[in-house]
Amino acid sequence: MIVAASGVEVRRGGARVVRDLSLDVRGGELLGLIGPNGAGKTSLLRALCGLDPLAAGHIAFDGRTPAEIGRAAFGRTLAYLPQNGRIHWPMTVADVVALGRLPHGAAVLDDAARRAMAAADVTPLAHRTTGTLSGGERARVLLARALAVEAPVLLADEPVAALDPYHALQVMELLRATARAGAAVVAVLHDLTLAARFCDRLALMDRGALAALGTPVEVLAPAPVAAAYRVAVESGTRDGVPFVIPWSRLDRTDRTEQSP
Amino acid sequence: MTGMRHHRLLISGLGLLVALLFAVSLLIGYAPLDFGAALSDLLAGRESLPALVLAELRLPRAVLGAAVGFSLGVTGAALQGLMRNPIADPGIVGVSGAAALGAVVAFYFGFSATFALALPLGGLIGAGVATVFLLMVARSGADTATLILAGVAINALAGALTALALNLAPSPYAALEVVFWLMGSLADRSLVHVALALPFMVLGWGLVLASARAMDALTLGEDAAQSLGFSMQRVRLLVVGGTAAAVGASVAVAGAIGFVGLVVPHLVRPLVGHRPGRLLLASGLAGAALTLGADIAVRLIPTRPELKLGVVTAIIGAPFFLAMLRRLKVEGP
Repeated sequence: MIVAASGVEVRRGGARVVRDLSLDVRGGELLGLIGPNGAGKTSLLRALCGLDPLAAGHIAFDGRTPAEIGRAAFGRTLAYLPQNGRIHWPMTVADVVALGRLPHGAAVLDDAARRAMAAADVTPLAHRTTGTLSGGERARVLLARALAVEAPVLLADEPVAALDPYHALQVMELLRATARAGAAVVAVLHDLTLAARFCDRLALMDRGALAALGTPVEVLAPAPVAAAYRVAVESGTRDGVPFVIPWSRLDRTDRTEQSP
Repeated sequence: MTGMRHHRLLISGLGLLVALLFAVSLLIGYAPLDFGAALSDLLAGRESLPALVLAELRLPRAVLGAAVGFSLGVTGAALQGLMRNPIADPGIVGVSGAAALGAVVAFYFGFSATFALALPLGGLIGAGVATVFLLMVARSGADTATLILAGVAINALAGALTALALNLAPSPYAALEVVFWLMGSLADRSLVHVALALPFMVLGWGLVLASARAMDALTLGEDAAQSLGFSMQRVRLLVVGGTAAAVGASVAVAGAIGFVGLVVPHLVRPLVGHRPGRLLLASGLAGAALTLGADIAVRLIPTRPELKLGVVTAIIGAPFFLAMLRRLKVEGP
């Protein structure tokens, strides 16, 4: 599966929140979508899901637009994990994960749903009702729900926002494993350390536009990070894997000096 | 997890309960009746007095009790699912208010004095006008909150115009009769009332029940439901259109019967593992059972004139609802 966005523009209340953005994501890769608050990451993800209309440009999945794929089949093509997802009724965890099977027919706890529960490490919670879960547990249940779709494309909006370091590492490993199993995975991330450590490529957005696209080492170099985030980073490698730590804030003067 | 077998058992049990209460509803009444003779006369096609009492008095009342109750239960569950709000009520889409206004207008201009079906027909016309307006709003791409606010606005306008009609009523007796009618009752309804309302109710049930899978998906919110392949606009049309048809027809023939649509989904929800799709049918059956039971109660309670059904459901429903709110607060969503 190749997800191809070209010349995408999204408007919200007249403002261009995504501007002339072109990007390809291939099956097998984990692409991290990073950028400061308000850069347009969530807007881009929603546009990829077909939740918001495009003001310009187009998005294709293996060459077909969502309209050509059709609504029901699109539900099997793409799994979407919204930011701060809620579960509105106190259903059991197993019933919530089974909702991911709806695009394939009924919401039943079949093998795919069980695999998703095992992968997200929520099988022991199967009979708990969602009202009794901690924030981290709920985040993993919602991830399991998205994985249960077994779609070739997974779009996750801040999947590690509510997680402690153990579960954040676990979820990032899981997203990478999902990509290795053949899916095209896009994850919005704020944690640059995790982004550098796990993603195959990073797309850095700033004020609606794509500021940098490439390997973590390229994108998280001091100059693009300073321009977009106004922070200086400390970076290095361990066992050949890059890591980045945001270290200090830069004021406006530093930003102009370091901008290309 | 709530298994499929458990669910089938629940649905069969509720179905049996409705059938039982339906039979009890046929068995009791004010006119003395040899039920066996009436039934055999009716089946043999003999036009005896017992057969007439059964077919013309008791059968319409039982059928409407079940149908109105099912309508309120199923639409209450659907609206709570659509809005993901446990205090949504079928009345919230404004169609009940509009149906009541239609009936009051028919009453006010004296149509009901000249022909008996003016009240239900006026109610149906009122509900129909409100439904067309709501569907236009839904089709224009309005979100759920806007759609519900449109319903609240219809309700407010219909309530104001109903109050105006009462204010200008030609005599206190006319006003009193309107107020009585608004309280909701199944007394003295005929098979013609059934024939008028039932088709719209059945249509409404079909539309609402068709939204079951989307209701489940909506547990995760509208964005996630859309990503699972459901069209929010279609779900809104199904639920609001179905509610308008079923509840509009209910209010047109039975007046406003409160609290059934609000309370019944809460009662049933734990029995279906809180799954909003499965809740629909179960809540409809439980609504039918509750309404039949309440209508049996108003005939057994020895007050004359008989208590209005809507009064009884509200008197039972409101304190019950308060008790449930306390429990909800403890458990939390």
